[in-house]
Amino acid sequence: MALLEVEDLTVNFYTEEGVVTAADEVSYRVERGEKFGIVGESGAGKSVTSMSLMRLIEDPGRIESGEIRFKGEDILEMSETEVRELRGNEIAMIFQDAQTALNPVFTVGEQISEAIRHNLGYDDDKARERTIRLLDEVGIPEAEARYSDYPHEFSGGMQQRAVIAMALSCDPDLLIADEPTTALDVTIEAKILDQIEELAEEFDTAIQLITHDLGVIAKVCDRVMVMYAGKPVEKAAAEELFYDPKHPYTVGLMSSIPRIGDTRDRLQTIPGTMPDLVDVPTGCSFHPRCPYAEAACTRKEPKPVDPDTGMDATGTDADRAAACLAYTGDLAGELDYTVEVQGEDPRLQLGDHRE
Amino acid sequence: MGLRRFVLKRVLLTVPILFGVSVITFVLVNVAPGDPVDVIVAFNPDIGPAEKAQMREYYGLDQPVWAQYLRWVGNLLQGDLGEAITRNRSVNAIFMSRLPETIVLGLFGWAFAIIIAIPTGIYAAVRKDEMGDHVSRIIALSGISIPNFWLGLMLILFGALTFNLWPVLPPRKPLLHPDTLWFLLLPGITIGTASASTMMRIMRSSMAEEINKEYVTAARAKGLPERTVILKHVLRNSLISVTTVAAFLTAGIVSGSVVVEVVFSWPGLGREFVQALNARETNLILAITLFTGVALVIANLLADIVYALLDPRIRYG
Repeated sequence: MALLEVEDLTVNFYTEEGVVTAADEVSYRVERGEKFGIVGESGAGKSVTSMSLMRLIEDPGRIESGEIRFKGEDILEMSETEVRELRGNEIAMIFQDAQTALNPVFTVGEQISEAIRHNLGYDDDKARERTIRLLDEVGIPEAEARYSDYPHEFSGGMQQRAVIAMALSCDPDLLIADEPTTALDVTIEAKILDQIEELAEEFDTAIQLITHDLGVIAKVCDRVMVMYAGKPVEKAAAEELFYDPKHPYTVGLMSSIPRIGDTRDRLQTIPGTMPDLVDVPTGCSFHPRCPYAEAACTRKEPKPVDPDTGMDATGTDADRAAACLAYTGDLAGELDYTVEVQGEDPRLQLGDHRE
Repeated sequence: MGLRRFVLKRVLLTVPILFGVSVITFVLVNVAPGDPVDVIVAFNPDIGPAEKAQMREYYGLDQPVWAQYLRWVGNLLQGDLGEAITRNRSVNAIFMSRLPETIVLGLFGWAFAIIIAIPTGIYAAVRKDEMGDHVSRIIALSGISIPNFWLGLMLILFGALTFNLWPVLPPRKPLLHPDTLWFLLLPGITIGTASASTMMRIMRSSMAEEINKEYVTAARAKGLPERTVILKHVLRNSLISVTTVAAFLTAGIVSGSVVVEVVFSWPGLGREFVQALNARETNLILAITLFTGVALVIANLLADIVYALLDPRIRYG
């Protein structure tokens, strides 16, 4: 049994403009200790999927259907008290913008301690001690003195570290990191990512990493799910995704990464923008932007299938899936692209790293 | 120390404010027809024009307005608020004997406003757009719209006459005697209702705004019970704007006390003010007006100090 199994999760937002399906039949799983990435543009449904795991979707959003099994138990069936016991304790979250995720009027130390006191039942002194140790571990200098600082007295990088310490404070089994480094500059980003990885290893915590940055995925994740307009469009092991992408959207994402030593004059982009979720295109929602789209794409909605066999791969246990009609024999043409690996092939390194 | 300097600066700023208040009041009272001498004469038909002129000269009322003002300021700087001519008493004595009554009534009104406004505001914010929110909105709107003299009369009618729970007139007992405090409940409610309504609406909207912030989601994600999330994390952030309004509403409470003290025959500064106006007692009017100004300045100063206590990002220096 996987640590987390999400099956056919559908989340709707009832806005004034109409019903928005922010997550549409999303299925995936996260194994114990695994690092699972969810990638996609803003509004692809990454965060909504993650918030659903803690049942923190707020009005006008509603989890419409599906199952979220954590250690085999369906979170959506739990009572409010049971969910609260999971939150912070077994599933914790690193928020995207540490500055807004920290309450400005309480000290950083207190905000971490209160979680420890509440979830682990520690008294004030023990919680304080543990908090100071955590702050030290995430790399905050003079942790003891910094305990009583307010969030505005921390730098951006330190705030993010504090939020990480907060998420790790009660030894969760699953850590949801929602764009944990987007608000930071690149040098600090690398450090923080290393730290998240290290700490996750140390505490044997599984990570669900949400990002729009494929570089971050390459650096951290074991397996990846690509989302587009609320739907999972591709699932693959991380190396596979980079060296053998199967969905035209993933290919588009890859080719829009700038590379050092690139000879192209212009950075390639995916034409158009993600559709308004109130009014999703018929058929495949990516077809208006897809260079390989055919008439069939406007009519038939592709389901996730195994790209090699064309067999159904909608379930939580599918490791390789792409939602494109090219793999179900509905297209006349082929997906006409080649993947070119520049420089030395780091696949070998990646392989070594995983031993 | 930063705070001490800040307080000192604010206290010094009071001086020009009070100067402005006193000049305007002085001019307004003097452009209104009649003076205390006319009031005394009205009850004594025997006094002729010569004696009137003599009396005016005695009290300095024959001087030009600016000279009268300068004399008043000179006396004020020596702690002398002047004389209430028609009453033959010093304004200091009248003021000091009425001040505690008004302060206690004001505190009652204020306490009532806060005790009602904060919990109902929280409730309305948490139940935003639900039945409870709508009901509280209607009640708040009524609270703001009801004139306080009418509310006071209704409370006397039902509380004192129909149900006989309260005396109609204030008991002749010391100010802090339980009977007196019990009597004060009705005028306190009357004075505090409008403020409670305004404060409650501010509490609601400021909390409803805070509740959508990410730190609230983060607090929930930590597994904290909703009660802690609201009463610890959201409340403290929402109280900042309520503090501003609470200070501002002090003006309403002080001015409200004028009407309410008359309705409830409460011997405070408000009722004294009405009598002073009728008797054209310039000195007494000035004293009470200045007191209002000082009360407002103090309320705002307290609010500034409370800000710093609530929000560590606010520091003075």
